[in-house]
Amino acid sequence: MATVSATASRSRRKRFSVGRFAAWVAMVIALLVTLFPFLWMIRTAFSTTRSLPSSPSSLLPADFTWGAFQRVLGLGSRAQAIAEGGSGASVNFWLYLRNSFVYAGAITLGQVFFCAMAAYAFARLRWPGRNVVFGIFLSALLVPPIFTSLPNFVLMKNLGLINTFPGMILPTFLMTPFAIFFLRQFFLGISREIEESAALDGAGPWRTFFGIVLPMSTAPVTTLCILTFITAWNDYFWPLLVGNNEQTRVLTVALGVFRSQTPAGSPDWAGLMAATLVAALPILVLFIAFARKIIDSIGYSGVK
Amino acid sequence: MTIEYVLINIGLQTVLAVGLAVLMDRLTKSTLLRGALLLPWLISNVIAAMLWFWLLDYQIGLVNQVVEFFGGHPTAFFGDERFAIPTIALVNVWRHMGYTALLVFAGLQTIPRYVYEAASIDGSSEWNSFWHITLPLLRPVLAMVLVLTVTGSFQVFDTVAVTTRGGPVNVTRVIQYYIFQKAFGEGQFGYASALSVILFAIVGILAAAQLRLLRAGESDLA
Repeated sequence: MATVSATASRSRRKRFSVGRFAAWVAMVIALLVTLFPFLWMIRTAFSTTRSLPSSPSSLLPADFTWGAFQRVLGLGSRAQAIAEGGSGASVNFWLYLRNSFVYAGAITLGQVFFCAMAAYAFARLRWPGRNVVFGIFLSALLVPPIFTSLPNFVLMKNLGLINTFPGMILPTFLMTPFAIFFLRQFFLGISREIEESAALDGAGPWRTFFGIVLPMSTAPVTTLCILTFITAWNDYFWPLLVGNNEQTRVLTVALGVFRSQTPAGSPDWAGLMAATLVAALPILVLFIAFARKIIDSIGYSGVK
Repeated sequence: MTIEYVLINIGLQTVLAVGLAVLMDRLTKSTLLRGALLLPWLISNVIAAMLWFWLLDYQIGLVNQVVEFFGGHPTAFFGDERFAIPTIALVNVWRHMGYTALLVFAGLQTIPRYVYEAASIDGSSEWNSFWHITLPLLRPVLAMVLVLTVTGSFQVFDTVAVTTRGGPVNVTRVIQYYIFQKAFGEGQFGYASALSVILFAIVGILAAAQLRLLRAGESDLA
């Protein structure tokens, strides 16, 4: 009996190894396809645009230089920029960077704060019509953003908030269905006894929420903060509509403008890639710091 | 135009993502690897579009260099009427593949191992197990993934706005870009709003139909 199962497992392992090898090869190819463009982005960002055409397929930077970054961040001189193949046009990257932080930061703070309270209300407080209202919230997950952006735009226009930060931030400042859904799932999992004992000790709903439930939920709240920040940082459509002047332009919109300003025939590729790299950097740093949280949250929010 | 995009995007994305997820499930649970696959999803559409715009450049883009190296003719991926939509679809597949794969991967974790053990004792091959066990049990997750990708792909805008802007000859004028043009380019808010209501209706009906057809609410895992 023992020998039979031993040979069976051995033959199975053998059959596996060919298949496993093929599987690993497929996996490595997938990884390459995923990561190689990033490598190429870095490589291009350190090249000079002038020397790119002469060595278009070398893995190393063509004519290594920090010039593209200096160009993007407004540190280099105009003459130097033109010598390296830049357009010489100035972009106020620091301002856009600040705008992106203001935009994404404010949305993150507001959204997480208000959604935490709403999610708690949906999870714990009993009030008539709660489930109906929650159902409506959930179905709003499927509403395409464009459907709400037009009326929102008209609203912001009538409020005179076009090209101001409040106008850009307001629509998502108070809530998104996803954030409420995400936190409610977690709040439902907190055991009721803790809250009941808090109530027995005389804590009201406010006290229970801020003193007990929120501190217990730091993990999901942080995750939600990160996810919200990344989403807001990457927003393009809404900031393009509402914040398209110099003062409120965020990085994504600025990149679009930067791209359309470069001459069609010979774009400043090194500059473009350096700019995209700078724009992606905060997200990459966040991701490296919180990789596990972000990855785990996807399974969690997706399947439940 | 939008339809073509949606079909390419969803077909490829779902197949690739399921493949990747199964590979991840069988080979490794490494967080590093999952993180690497997720990377494109974290950067913004604008950045992804820009990056591929450069990689696919007609004159000195890397992809065309490779094509020429193997004796092909360089292709203007974004500039050619035939290729523009598939190219944009592929860029978005690249960006979303890892994310979708992780969703499916999470679904795979809910399938108990003993089902596979029982199948292999009964002599089922890996391949058979995949078709007759994994896919059917994964149905609720797949349904959700499909609904998400369908609603998502009808709203492609960023990539188009950054790269082709509806051109060449309007072949990449996807619905959301058209709405944007109508409203903000031509000031026809009424017309644009009507379009977006129609888009909403289409997406809603599709989502409802998918959920119904795939019986998303019930799992076969009794």
